[in-house]
Amino acid sequence: MKLSLPSLAAAATLAAGLLAAPLAATAQGVKPTPEGIVVYNAQHASLTKAWADAFSKETGIKVTLRNGSDTELGNQIVQEGAASPADVFLTENSPAMALVDSAGLFAPLDAATLSEVPANFRPAHGRWIGIAARSTVFVYNKAKLTPAQLPKSMLDLATPAWKGRWAASPSGADFQAIVSALLELKGEAATAAWLKAMKENATPYKGNGTVLKAVNAGQIEGGVIYHYYYYGDQAKTGENSNNTQLHYFRNQDAGAFVSISGGGVLASSKHQPEAQAFVKWIAGKGGQDILKTGDAYEYAVGTGAQSNPKLVPLAELQAPKVEPSKLNSKKVTDLMTQAGLL
Amino acid sequence: MSALPLDVGADAALKPAVAVLLPAPAAGRSGWRLSWVGGAALVVSLLALLPLGFVLWVGVQTGWDTASALIFRPRVGELLLNTALLVVLTVPLCAVLAVALAWLTERSDLPGARTWAWLLVAPLAVPAFVHSYAWMTVAPGLHGLPAGVMVSLIAYFPFLYLPVAAALRRLDPGMEDSAASLGLGPWAVFFRVVLPQLRLAVCGGSLLVGLHLLAEYGLYVMIRFDTFTTAIVDQFQSTYNGPAANMLSGVLVVCCFALLGLEAAARGKERYARVGTGAARMPSKRKLGRMAALGLLLPALLSVLALGVPLFTLGRWLLAGGAAVWRLDELGPSLVQTLGLALAGALLTSVAAVPMAWLSIRSPGRLQRVLEACNYMVGSLPGVVVALALVTVTVRLPIYQTAITVLLAYLLMFLPRALISLRAGIAQAPVELEQAARSLGRTPAQALWAVTLRLAAPSAAAGAALVGLGITNELTATLMLAPNGTRTLATSFWAYSSEIDYAAAAPYALIMVLLSLPMTWLLYQQSKRTAGR
Repeated sequence: MKLSLPSLAAAATLAAGLLAAPLAATAQGVKPTPEGIVVYNAQHASLTKAWADAFSKETGIKVTLRNGSDTELGNQIVQEGAASPADVFLTENSPAMALVDSAGLFAPLDAATLSEVPANFRPAHGRWIGIAARSTVFVYNKAKLTPAQLPKSMLDLATPAWKGRWAASPSGADFQAIVSALLELKGEAATAAWLKAMKENATPYKGNGTVLKAVNAGQIEGGVIYHYYYYGDQAKTGENSNNTQLHYFRNQDAGAFVSISGGGVLASSKHQPEAQAFVKWIAGKGGQDILKTGDAYEYAVGTGAQSNPKLVPLAELQAPKVEPSKLNSKKVTDLMTQAGLL
Repeated sequence: MSALPLDVGADAALKPAVAVLLPAPAAGRSGWRLSWVGGAALVVSLLALLPLGFVLWVGVQTGWDTASALIFRPRVGELLLNTALLVVLTVPLCAVLAVALAWLTERSDLPGARTWAWLLVAPLAVPAFVHSYAWMTVAPGLHGLPAGVMVSLIAYFPFLYLPVAAALRRLDPGMEDSAASLGLGPWAVFFRVVLPQLRLAVCGGSLLVGLHLLAEYGLYVMIRFDTFTTAIVDQFQSTYNGPAANMLSGVLVVCCFALLGLEAAARGKERYARVGTGAARMPSKRKLGRMAALGLLLPALLSVLALGVPLFTLGRWLLAGGAAVWRLDELGPSLVQTLGLALAGALLTSVAAVPMAWLSIRSPGRLQRVLEACNYMVGSLPGVVVALALVTVTVRLPIYQTAITVLLAYLLMFLPRALISLRAGIAQAPVELEQAARSLGRTPAQALWAVTLRLAAPSAAAGAALVGLGITNELTATLMLAPNGTRTLATSFWAYSSEIDYAAAAPYALIMVLLSLPMTWLLYQQSKRTAGR
């Protein structure tokens, strides 16, 4: 009985594979293998799909995606250890990269790959690099709040004055990354206190897009999300964002945190050249151009790469300086579990 | 998730699961040799116990200090309150609604009663998370407990309506006549004679609705109502299989068993079969007269809410999305993968159900009943619990992230569906034919294959269809266990609707509804058949 199962699955995979059949070419000098590479992808599925499709077209290397969230896939890789089917890991935020790296599971990246990204967008050890960046923002409903009423710092949201007036997506990796920056900047006691106040003050939603939608509909005055949800919706119909505006905290505030999305190659990968080529391609011109021209609206981080001109330039955001490799996802989920947010 | 067979769990004898570890001699006494059939049944039942064993094992591994810190915290209290309120409010409302509707369609001269009966079952073809997607479109502000109760009511009342209507159809009107002749008015007859006879149907259906409320994920995420299942997935997404997720999962298992126990206690031991010679006559239909308009209002309103709203929403998004949302390069593989998993899962589950179904009819006994109960109990566990167990158990095994693991999860979750149908089919195949085949020189296995299974094939097919339906609309276990690169209709729908791209999600929802409709029709026909009319 069981003998027929893998073949059924294989047939299904084959059907899927045929539709994305790559043309044999070796643009980067790497010889494609029939099985290609497996990417554990925590980035937005549509962005990575655009990357993978363009990469496959250019190089002939097949890319299979497993989509999930940052810490889910990061912890999964740690559990799988050396037996992990993953060749490449892409995240939305740094903490999950730090998690996998502290388990010693990343291979060092090639020097050529590292040179694609300036030093401030990658950890010094060179085992993973930034592939994109996103800024924390406070999105607010224009009819409910005036610029004068906006919080000066993200920490203000813990005061009783903000009770019941703001939203976030605490189960999401994005928000957890913001908390990890807070932890790194202000320490454990301050973070635990802020989270405790948040449990009192904030309305939890599932997903930043849902927060944006709720703020737009006037269900809540504002929310802590990342910038690109707003731009993405504006580019489509604006249906979920036309009544809203973004507020950047700036002043090196914890709420001005710019989160680096990471990419790395697993040491256990049996397809090192192809995996390295993929990460280099994303960090290089091909991948970064998709950020500039596509509908992702995340910041480009490549050397000399331009972000989408609609965005507020990265240099003007006055982000706090946070070492991405030090962000601690485990501690954050523990603190959030203790605060009753998870 | 949709349509389970109507009496899942109603059969679950609540023996402690460990009783299965009794020494084999009990089997000898109870009358069946540990032949290959028995062996196969034992293997399947032990496999079914895997998630339960895992929850216990993790509990022990975690240690009391950590476990108690993770279980006895305010958040768990919150979730417990949410989940309990949801069940306590939704199930009785569902029951009242189901009894009222069943009475209208079965016992009154409601115009178009047959059509209404089908329209009241049809919402089962709409996956629960599509119901809440529709409501989020129509009323984006909906959230919390009231919204949870309302959408659950709309999505799950057919699970109660079906068995209650079937029972009502089957009642012997003689009892009611006697009660009336003894001077009871129509209302008193209903409450003192009819309603008590519906007890089994109401209990069984309520259990089914309750278990769905505990297991559902997508519905409650969309309307922002946190239950144990959503909290477990939150933890899973933050920590993969961290201890907090496993402890929550342990509490959820206890909740499921509490429901099973409650149902077993509420069922009672009364006799419901009629005595006397001859067949019961058809019950007479009560004339609604001027009340007919009012009587029509209830099923009409419910059909609008449970069918009209989802169909209108889908239509609206498909129109808004236009041709652009029909991305055939994504829809095609999704459909192929979903059908592949559904077919393979239905086949595997049906085959796995054969030994136990055969034993329960041909050679029932104490050990057999305990083993069978194990299968039902695990079938009552939410997909998230089963998936969490399998993720951890298989992570170092070669079957990790293969179709085999996800099919195994489906097998554990949907075995009761196959078992119940198949058992009914085998019961109708005369044992004499099997014996005749044996006397003509066939081995037991050959006789089973050549005679009984062929006669039981229609029932097996019905069971397989129900399993297929469950798999087509399954979300949580598929999200957690599917092989790399697999995107089923349900997970694709979920990915798009999570990105608030409701238009792109619409084609997936539509295909799921279209695939589910024939099986819902089958379920409806089956319920009429069991009523003998």
